[in-house]
Amino acid sequence: MATRLVEVQNLKKWFPIKGGVFGATIASVKAVDEVSFFINQGETLSLVGESGSGKTTTGRTMLKLLQPTGGKIIYKGKDITNLTPNQMRPLRRNMQIMFQDPYGSLNPRMPVGDIIQEPLDVHGIGTRKERKQAVATMMETVGLRPEYEKRYPHEFSGGQRQRIGVARALVINPELLVLDEPISALDVSIQSQIINLLQELQQRLNLTYLFIAHDLAVVRHMSDRVAVMYLGKIVETAENDELFDHPLHPYTQALLSAVPVPDPEVKRERIILQGDVPSPVNPPSGCHFRTRCPYAMPICKEQEPLVIEVAPGHTVACHLLTKK
Amino acid sequence: MDNREVLVDIKNLRTFFYTEDGVVPAVDGIDLTIHRGEVLGLVGESGCGKSVTALSILRLIPNPPGKIIGGEIFFHGEDLLKKNEEKMRMIRGDKISMIFQEPMTSLNPVYTIGNQISEAITLHQKIDDAEAKKRTVEMLHLVGIPEPERRFSQYPHEMSGGMRQRVMIAMALSSNPELLISDEATTALDVTIQAQILDLMRGLQKKLGMAILIITHNLAVVAEMAETIAIAYAGKIVENASAKEIFKSPRHPYTYGLLASIPKFTEKKTNEPLPAIEGMVPSPYHMPKGCRFNPRCPFATEKCREEEPEILELTPGHLVRCFHPIES
Amino acid sequence: MAEKAIEAKKKGQKKSSEDYTYAGMVFHRLTRHKLAMVGAFMLIFILLFVFVGPLIWRADPNAQIEGLGGLFNPASRAHPFGTDDYGRDVLARMFFGGRISLFIGFISAISSTLAGGFVGLVAGYYGGWADNILMRFTDAMLSIPTFPLLIALASVLGKGVWQIILVIVVFGWMTDARLVRGLVLSLKEQEYVEAARAIGASANRIMWRHLFPNTLAVLIVSTTIGIGGAIIYEASISFLGFGVQAPFASWGNMLQNAQQFIWNSPRLIIYPGLAIFMTVLGFNFFGDGLRDAIDPKLKL
Repeated sequence: MATRLVEVQNLKKWFPIKGGVFGATIASVKAVDEVSFFINQGETLSLVGESGSGKTTTGRTMLKLLQPTGGKIIYKGKDITNLTPNQMRPLRRNMQIMFQDPYGSLNPRMPVGDIIQEPLDVHGIGTRKERKQAVATMMETVGLRPEYEKRYPHEFSGGQRQRIGVARALVINPELLVLDEPISALDVSIQSQIINLLQELQQRLNLTYLFIAHDLAVVRHMSDRVAVMYLGKIVETAENDELFDHPLHPYTQALLSAVPVPDPEVKRERIILQGDVPSPVNPPSGCHFRTRCPYAMPICKEQEPLVIEVAPGHTVACHLLTKK
Repeated sequence: MDNREVLVDIKNLRTFFYTEDGVVPAVDGIDLTIHRGEVLGLVGESGCGKSVTALSILRLIPNPPGKIIGGEIFFHGEDLLKKNEEKMRMIRGDKISMIFQEPMTSLNPVYTIGNQISEAITLHQKIDDAEAKKRTVEMLHLVGIPEPERRFSQYPHEMSGGMRQRVMIAMALSSNPELLISDEATTALDVTIQAQILDLMRGLQKKLGMAILIITHNLAVVAEMAETIAIAYAGKIVENASAKEIFKSPRHPYTYGLLASIPKFTEKKTNEPLPAIEGMVPSPYHMPKGCRFNPRCPFATEKCREEEPEILELTPGHLVRCFHPIES
Repeated sequence: MAEKAIEAKKKGQKKSSEDYTYAGMVFHRLTRHKLAMVGAFMLIFILLFVFVGPLIWRADPNAQIEGLGGLFNPASRAHPFGTDDYGRDVLARMFFGGRISLFIGFISAISSTLAGGFVGLVAGYYGGWADNILMRFTDAMLSIPTFPLLIALASVLGKGVWQIILVIVVFGWMTDARLVRGLVLSLKEQEYVEAARAIGASANRIMWRHLFPNTLAVLIVSTTIGIGGAIIYEASISFLGFGVQAPFASWGNMLQNAQQFIWNSPRLIIYPGLAIFMTVLGFNFFGDGLRDAIDPKLKL
């Protein structure tokens, strides 16, 4: 029986643009514009999209690293949307994040042992000796030699630093882990190592992942369910195979058709989208995708399509399907 | 066998970097041949020397700390490494052009894009400004930029990443070069934009007939674009064959391992771990003895740890640098 | 990568930058920086002069020679630097005056850097109205004309070493405040700070554990250069008649005192002037080198 670990309802994150003499808000970057999804315990939900889609902002807002502008975040049945930073602190033990940049995400002035130990220090878990032991165990678990705990981040490679990032995120045994493009900055041969590590850890520690990525091959390999974002909205959500085999939203179709495949014999049927992604400050009225959609209809300009469930577990926001 | 004329012939190129921490053998004996109109992919991970090779062709290696210490780069039979700076400048941007990963830093933010393309044109061709402007608008149209006359007066920051990359391509192709070098030109782009740009490059290649050297770490991109692929590792070419051969029967353990380890977009999710290559790319300051791939190679023997293999032609057109290449 | 370094060391290969600790790396780079080493030598020389000197040349800096014949003596065996307008041994006064000047310079530079750094850290981290208030206060302090305030302070506090230090700090902390605030604003956006917040770290922890150590580089450099500035400042204050009082020497007041004798005894200006010049230059060179050594992106 699947239980929902975390749920997000109509989540909004708008960034104000200030202008004028008095610094009033003149416009907003609608990075995340009424997004709803849930993640079941133990599963991996991937959030895919291109630049400007809002996927990174969604991940951070879900963890309350950014304060939501609207909507609700429900963690294990409890509404955490309006908790203060102090109230959030104990909850942070349960939800952690792993970052994309192996170079910026580690404090260059701290030895890696301290970096990994910090979550334990912050939450006052265990005695000093126990913490050191936990760090050593964690380092081994992620494939690093514990003797290197006194070394500094600059002495490690990109792949190793990502391992340090994972260790830091998992040392306090969280339940939920947001992975923000954790492998994009790594070499191809190292990516597979880290993917394997993440999957192994998920099995072993019964983790729930929100996997934010743009590489669809990796997403296909790792996810249980996938949500596709465009310009601050989720356009389609479905289970892994269902999404890749039967994409319904025109954007999803175009996105999947654009992915190059490492096989020179395969001739891809490309849906080439015209134009560029519009600005999230001034998204098109109605359906945000209509300016690039090959199937745009008059109604797309007037009304925003609602999210409907077309098949069990498969939701889409598109007028083409409402007609049916 | 390729009947086309040989355009660029790189023989035993060695480009080293002399840093305070030691010597980096970035390119250590690379051989490559590019024929007229051929699309050659140069694939590898960080530290393999692919970008340094491209910069060596155009003699853009910063000196210090870099230096081309050996080899020859023949272009139409003449060794580029023996030419003086004056002659190289006539070739750069005219006969051999290059586009880079970050269009924002390759374009000057204080000049309009039209201005920059026109400048590139007038640098190499003796035509007046009005004629240059006309050609520029033609180029913008050729690379698929809508409303080219209006876009002429736009600044780089007013355009999206994909547009800027198109502008770079327009600039690079404005003189109708014989060779276009593309150094990770689509790596920073969204996948839908990347598809557009690759499509554009394929179309232009068919139309204008130039050769393209595609440098990337992305095997999927190179599968789409290249006829021939060279795989680089730690400063050397380890495998060189037609695209079909590389993907159908990779012979070098590194190529094989790389192809096996990438997640397959077209396959359903299994819960099996990926067959990843162990270890990491060697540090340039601590290159392993013998074959540079040996610490990570599941088939390495004592010989691999002692001697460096030469590159051999195993089957016609398929070169491999390995003592124990994988069976076909 | 770290494993390879250990293997390499066993084979006796040269260490590369990946193998050093952070401090070790900075030291390594510093010793290769020519200007920094020149500055370091100058400073070592000055320090030896000032601390070891009196052990070799024992003379009382305040002892006056009786009689007019003892005044303004040129260099002699009895007095290698000669005597001044009160017949005192100039060399001895140079030693002890140097100690005071260096002391003032060092203490005031460190204090103003720490004070300014603290303000900048808090302003930069909290932003919003705290930042506003602190920065406007900083701006206000920067706008106050130094001289009148100096006189006002001096009349209230009196004259002496600690008073000078206070004055230098009061007029000097603002530069560091702005510097650190700017740096903190950009550091705040680094992902490791966001990581710390994700872990649940408190504001204090983030400021002192994460941000402050990363501003140390800038603060250290600012201090070394500030020492030079403080010493010159002390000289200027002494020029105006405030500062270290007679009969005690500081390089500053020696310089001030000697201005009236510039024609008949120029050496009285040259010695302290040259000493100040060397010290400030030494600190500046060293500070330059330190800044370069600390910046990991700069290729030395």
